[in-house]
Amino acid sequence: MSGANDPYDPKQVAELAPEALEDAVTKAMEAFGAAADLDALATIKPAHLGDRSPVLTARREIGALPPAAKAEAGKRVNATRQRIQEAFDKRRAELQAERDSTVLREEAVDVTLPWDRVPRGARHPVTMVAERVADVFVAMGYEVAEGPELETEWFNFDALNHTEHHPARLMTDTFYVGEPSSGLVLRTHTSPVQVRTLLQRELPVYVVCPGRAFRNDELDPTHTPVFHQVEGLAVDKGLTMAHLRGTLDAFARAMFGAESVTRFRPHFFPFTEPSAEVDIWFPEKKGGPGWVEWGGCGMVNPNVLRAAGVDTDIYSGFAFGMGIERTLMFRNGLPDMRDMVEGDVRFTLPFGTEA
Amino acid sequence: MRVPVSWLAEHLEIDPEEATAERFAEAFVRVGIEVEGVEELGGITGPVVIGRVSAIEELTEFKKPIRYCQVEISDDDEENGIICGATNFAEGDLVVVALPGAVLPGGFEITARKTYGRTSEGMICSATELGLGDDHSGILVLPSGTAEAGDDAIDVLDLNDTVLDLAPTPDRGYCLSVRGLVRELGCAMDVSFVDPAQFDVPEAEGDAWPVRVADPVGCPRFVVRRASGVDAGAPTPWWMQRRLLLAGMRPISLAVDITNYVMLELGHPLHAFDATALREELVIRRAETGETLTTLDGAERTLDPDDVIICDERGPISIAGTMGGESTEIGSETSDILLEAAHWDPASISRTARRHHLFSEAAKRFERFVDPALPPAALERAARLLRTYGDGTIHPGRTDVGGVPEQAAVTMPIDLPDRVAGIYYARGVTARRLSQVGCRLQVDTSEQGAAQVTATPPSWRNDLRQPADLVEEVLRLEGYDTIPSTLPAVVAGTGLTRAQRRRRGVAKALADEGYVEVLPFPFVAESTWDAFGLADDDPRRRTMRLRNPIEADRDRLTPTLLPGLLDALQRNVARGMRDVALFHIGQVVRPEAEQPDAPELGTAGRPDEAELARLYSAVPPQPQHVAVVLTGSRQRSGWWGKGEPASWADAIQAARTIAASAGVELRIRAAEYQPWHPGRCAELLVGSETVGYAGELHPKTVEALGLPKRTCAMELNLDAVPLPEQHVAPVISAFPPVRQDVAVVVPSEVPAADVAEVLRSGAGELLEDIALFDVYTGEQVDEGSRSLAYAMRFRAADRTLTEDEASVAREAAVTAAAEKFGAKLRG
Repeated sequence: MSGANDPYDPKQVAELAPEALEDAVTKAMEAFGAAADLDALATIKPAHLGDRSPVLTARREIGALPPAAKAEAGKRVNATRQRIQEAFDKRRAELQAERDSTVLREEAVDVTLPWDRVPRGARHPVTMVAERVADVFVAMGYEVAEGPELETEWFNFDALNHTEHHPARLMTDTFYVGEPSSGLVLRTHTSPVQVRTLLQRELPVYVVCPGRAFRNDELDPTHTPVFHQVEGLAVDKGLTMAHLRGTLDAFARAMFGAESVTRFRPHFFPFTEPSAEVDIWFPEKKGGPGWVEWGGCGMVNPNVLRAAGVDTDIYSGFAFGMGIERTLMFRNGLPDMRDMVEGDVRFTLPFGTEA
Repeated sequence: MRVPVSWLAEHLEIDPEEATAERFAEAFVRVGIEVEGVEELGGITGPVVIGRVSAIEELTEFKKPIRYCQVEISDDDEENGIICGATNFAEGDLVVVALPGAVLPGGFEITARKTYGRTSEGMICSATELGLGDDHSGILVLPSGTAEAGDDAIDVLDLNDTVLDLAPTPDRGYCLSVRGLVRELGCAMDVSFVDPAQFDVPEAEGDAWPVRVADPVGCPRFVVRRASGVDAGAPTPWWMQRRLLLAGMRPISLAVDITNYVMLELGHPLHAFDATALREELVIRRAETGETLTTLDGAERTLDPDDVIICDERGPISIAGTMGGESTEIGSETSDILLEAAHWDPASISRTARRHHLFSEAAKRFERFVDPALPPAALERAARLLRTYGDGTIHPGRTDVGGVPEQAAVTMPIDLPDRVAGIYYARGVTARRLSQVGCRLQVDTSEQGAAQVTATPPSWRNDLRQPADLVEEVLRLEGYDTIPSTLPAVVAGTGLTRAQRRRRGVAKALADEGYVEVLPFPFVAESTWDAFGLADDDPRRRTMRLRNPIEADRDRLTPTLLPGLLDALQRNVARGMRDVALFHIGQVVRPEAEQPDAPELGTAGRPDEAELARLYSAVPPQPQHVAVVLTGSRQRSGWWGKGEPASWADAIQAARTIAASAGVELRIRAAEYQPWHPGRCAELLVGSETVGYAGELHPKTVEALGLPKRTCAMELNLDAVPLPEQHVAPVISAFPPVRQDVAVVVPSEVPAADVAEVLRSGAGELLEDIALFDVYTGEQVDEGSRSLAYAMRFRAADRTLTEDEASVAREAAVTAAAEKFGAKLRG
């Protein structure tokens, strides 16, 4: 080692001798070339580029050189260090490429192996379709109203303008519950919720009522005693059948595609007048696009509004309803009602959690 | 109602080109009459001719009667020998013969063939074989004089026609007739039509028969007419038989056929009595208890005091509007006929028809509504047909008791249809359409100066009672397709309620956890509660009973979702599924001990608050429950190793999943509650309220219901779970945590959840999380004790916590556990 102000020739300092620097480069390149993998390379790196490596030791000697010699010596040392660094980077790149092409391949697994330790479940398509229908109307501003399945005859029939002897009241059609004096039935439609809504909410109302309904039919491929409906009710000033049509057209588009529209055919329901059956133009109908019978609708019969205390001189309303099972049957090509009620998981699982 | 196009066209002033089945069907659909079928007649090719049977040889060597007939098949005595199995014809009769080479509807090819030892050169046809209705009672015999042997049968039978099968809605009884259908077509197609009931009915000269109506409510009008000297053997003309056949009716005899024909044509059912069988005055009254009547179908029926009946001196002879009695039936010798046309109370007919299961064509019409103005014309029409075809004499008298109730006029603003439809109709449309349907109109100005129309409905319409009914007539006849499609300005809504969103969240969470949603029926057998091991006074035995269940033993509305879920589980297992996890969210019925009856309320206006309160309280509580059942493996075995069987712990975890999704804290404690295993049942609590139970089912229940061993279940009342307060956002500390473990030895009966709770409160605020990671019983701990090991994570809100501070908190936790449960730190 030499003092700071000694006029030594840098070449006289052993560590700064060109041969020594060249030797450091050669040794480093040899060592890097001999490193078999990235770990080995990382292990030998400090010997050639670390604090105690020849090149960094040499750099520390520069400080002792006379000012005139510093620049030249610094340049040489830096060039040397850069060459070693480049050799290192090159070798590391080579080894990385090698690892990527061979070692990672050796770690490969069979990614098709199953891992369903706890398989996922599924929601029932009937509930999902009912929710989807409700969502479409909620998006239009409607709210979802609900009511009891075991209901009074007054809500299920009387208030909905069914005469005392209306055939729907027969025991062959309607489930009666409790003693005859109880006045209870299993609701035959979700319409009683509409009456409850009119009695309980401030006007105007725009509601959809999804739910379960019951009719005394044997279970067979096209009938089930327990089924699901979504009904809608709007009561406001100045509502017209054109509004009803617009609403159902908008709904049909949301549910069955942009090309879908509705067709109204005159019909009879006790709770609406005028009444219509609704067909839906279904572009994906089995066997080609066509009309599908889909639900009922009409302008709320003034008798129904009166039973709920609505002033028919000021307010009018429309109502509509559809069967969820039926909608599923034509939309998803379901051949047999019974599949929807038996609870076989093989039926439900493919529907996932968002049908 | 089935009706041929040609019959409808006969009454319409319409270009024959337009009078097609297609156009008619389209028009019917447009005005609201459903077309259930369009059946084209014919479908016959090759030689089918009229034949005259000239000789019949009865072949007796066979098990059934077989005839070998000589049939003339042309006007020059050409004869074919034909084998026939029917016997309802005689020598000289006109029949229809399909000759070899003919093909009948359905592709039935006729050939000459050897059969019953003879060569049969063709076939004598029944009406059904020719596609004319479904009368299987024998071959078709045409009235003599209808045609000549050799005539082309397609022309004679008029097979170039189409039958429409129409299903009018129940409010339009008048459409169950050619008369009503023709009017609808006339309106729909804007063509003139002739009302077949529009003809002059002569003034009556005296009475036809003594009649007393004792029940004017059940029978507002009763009219009879008499015809005598009718040729009892006179055949029904072919054109009439044809129309009856095409309508699906069987021709019987001239008098009966005429009553049926007039019913189809005008819509008014008639009844024909054998006048010689009637004794004295006819009385119309309700039946008395114990009275019986043998009806035309041979059945002896016990009458109900609610049945309206017709009696003579000897007692009941006919059930009003439903079916006549055998004793006064038109027989093969009847020539003196009393024709009856009455107006009956629709509701009464409806009840009687259902009570006796007699859904006759007459009852079908009467229970809807039959034009009360029609009886005189209907009787006149029938009597004239009897005179024309039966050579009878019409008596000049007519008994007509009761009358036609006045139709109430309905007044409405003349632009109401426009306002309901949301369209501007052309001027005069409303008045024109209402008069088309038969209303008498008066157009004037209301006190407020608005134009209004007052419509008096025609006698055949009992469904036009309020302005909305008139509006529908205008709208449907103008066409619903003319109504525009516009969206209303809906008031802004508030979206789903929190309870509705929660329900969806719970369903989604359970599905994500591996449960499959099912929707079982709510019908359950009472014996289920024995299988569940419920005590006699268990409130779940208090169920509502169905009076008319589909399956007699499943007559209870279930107060729990488990029976339906267990059924579904069993069905899946029976179908070969081993790992089954199901859930159901639905209402259950939990009646009060004293469930009040519903009040009887009118519908003229809103019930008052007291009435509403009684109405609401009559409806039993029906909370929304959620339940799961599971069996088999919860975690499957696989290439990764062994799985885990579904256990009590999974059932309880399902409740935790629900609670987490619902944003509430669930407390769990051991309980004994049927149908769960007494040692493996958890009571689920939110706050201090029990919301449900979970665990493994009781082995006795499993055995009684035939379920897979160790089936597990959870059920909770979602409505009892409170909606959480708005969550306050937590303050998150970014300082590093200190983790320490602790193992405490406690008596085995102390629940792990309680130990954790004490440790948590003992450790104080610095404890951020505590989790049980090991449960140990065995040699290293005392008998009757177990070691519970917890991982604790401490953190301070405002500084980096030191190990020492954490240790102090941990020791405090252990001290608390020691005080509460005698817990010892495990060395």
